Amino acid sequence: MNSKYIIDIQQIRSQFPALNQSVYNKPLVYFDNGATTQKPQMVIERLKSWYEQENSNIHRGVHYLSQQGTIAFENARKTVADFVNAQYQHEIIFTKGTTDSINLLASSLGNLLVHDGDSVLVTGMEHHSNFVPWQQLCIEKKATFHVTEITDQGEIDLANYQLHLEKKPKIVAIAHISNVLGTINPIAEMIELAHKYAIPVVIDGAQAIAHQHIDVQSLDCDFYAFSGHKMYAPMGVGVLYGKEKWLNSMRPYQFGGEMVSQVSEQETTFNELPFKFEAGTPNVGAVLGLESAIKFLQDIGIENVKKYENELMHYALKRLSEIENLRLIGNPAHRAGVISFVIDEIHPYDLGMIMDKLGMAIRTGHHCAQPVMHHFGIPGTLRISFALYNTFDEIDSFVEALKKAILMLS
Amino acid sequence: MTIEQTQNQIVEEFSLFDDWMDKYNYLIEMGKDCPMIETQYKSNNYLINGCQSRVWLHTTFDGGIIHFRADSDAVITKGIVNLLIRVFDGHTPAEILTADTTFLDKIGLKEHLSPTRSNGLLSMVKQMKLYAQVFQLKSTQNHE
Ligand SMILES: Cc1ncc(COP(=O)(O)O)c(C=O)c1O
Repeated sequence: MNSKYIIDIQQIRSQFPALNQSVYNKPLVYFDNGATTQKPQMVIERLKSWYEQENSNIHRGVHYLSQQGTIAFENARKTVADFVNAQYQHEIIFTKGTTDSINLLASSLGNLLVHDGDSVLVTGMEHHSNFVPWQQLCIEKKATFHVTEITDQGEIDLANYQLHLEKKPKIVAIAHISNVLGTINPIAEMIELAHKYAIPVVIDGAQAIAHQHIDVQSLDCDFYAFSGHKMYAPMGVGVLYGKEKWLNSMRPYQFGGEMVSQVSEQETTFNELPFKFEAGTPNVGAVLGLESAIKFLQDIGIENVKKYENELMHYALKRLSEIENLRLIGNPAHRAGVISFVIDEIHPYDLGMIMDKLGMAIRTGHHCAQPVMHHFGIPGTLRISFALYNTFDEIDSFVEALKKAILMLS
Repeated sequence: MTIEQTQNQIVEEFSLFDDWMDKYNYLIEMGKDCPMIETQYKSNNYLINGCQSRVWLHTTFDGGIIHFRADSDAVITKGIVNLLIRVFDGHTPAEILTADTTFLDKIGLKEHLSPTRSNGLLSMVKQMKLYAQVFQLKSTQNHE
């Protein structure tokens, strides 16, 4: 089936050492890409060469290695800025990941905008990372925390969203793609609606960044957060894109070295963007790995990736529909390669355990999105999520394994 | 039978299985066996929340002996719950406090008691030991 694609899937797989292994004597089928993706050789090599040959602290040394490191680091920032089409490089802040990016915002943007009696709006399909920081901010500021309802299809109820916007929340935070339901939310439309009330919008792009082209300028989002490790890059690095005007008016999140320009006993003046938000020594190796991952994705072409993963998703849905008593959790019109389901009368944890023994790396549980579980009245789901190296054959193996596990458990 | 004897018996039973599938089928069968706890105890008061699967534990102390009843919403968890009950039920606090769960290593099910599993089993064992401690304290106080 590969011939239809511009990408050569076997050639791609061969670049991922971790895919080539067996677990419990079964070939590994890695369908837990929503949690984290495996890393291509070029990303691993980049990390390695940083530590073998280039390691130094950046932005502060006059010596050769430090200068080269600083240049490499700032080039990586440019690569990221171009990748998401940011207007300025200094709108790219390196963080530890999506969670870190959103906590930065809940603190800095929260302090700027949210006060006693105000409100913040999220949706009912958020990952805890884009839910709890805002909720806690509201508790701290004596503000109200509002949650836009989701439908039984697993889509955002746009009428309900509109009603909430009329209450003029100070910040709106929305997942681009749900990590449980796979829903691709109509964020461009939702951003435009929020902007009618001059409300800034934070997009949690953790599940989107590796799967479709992101253009922050055409989306017109005020902030866009994502993690490196979900897009073939190392763990420990993430990005916060923010519009310059917001980043300039926000106070720093953390204080320390690197982010200051003048310090006396009386006062400190802060460095300019983006350094103001990057206190302390950054994870330079991981940032360079992220740059390599972006190049890897760009070489294949993100549109090709999107097309291929879309085919995988449709094929998986078709094969899953063969299974009796299988209930999809979320059936959105626009869906990415994330599929959650339950089997009637069988606990997801039991299925997950048997599937594990059959070599299937999948996820069970609430996926850090308990509000979604509450909506559907279930303790958890099984979730499969695809990356560009997954194959139709793997989906077949998965379905066979699932049938076997169901048989054992019924 | 002592705790150790029961554990050895279980290890022997499991040695008959050739592969993981037989082993898990056995656990599943055990898990499906009749309810192990009265419905009234399947409430939040007795719940050990494991995040992935839930376990309910009810304990009584009578004549120096502890009785455990437990259940789980996941069948494999319940199978292992069943084993733990078989081992610890009907013993004195002192016996329970000195016993360990290494038999699970021997039958290749140790992973289910790992803290990362979040299935409620590890907390259940801790809870059982805690009860044993409390009951031991109570009975020494009564003697004084
Ligand atoms: C939608 C969504 N948001 C946020 C996160 C948190 O990402 P990280 O753990 O990399 O900070 C995840 C990760 O699972 C996610 O899926």
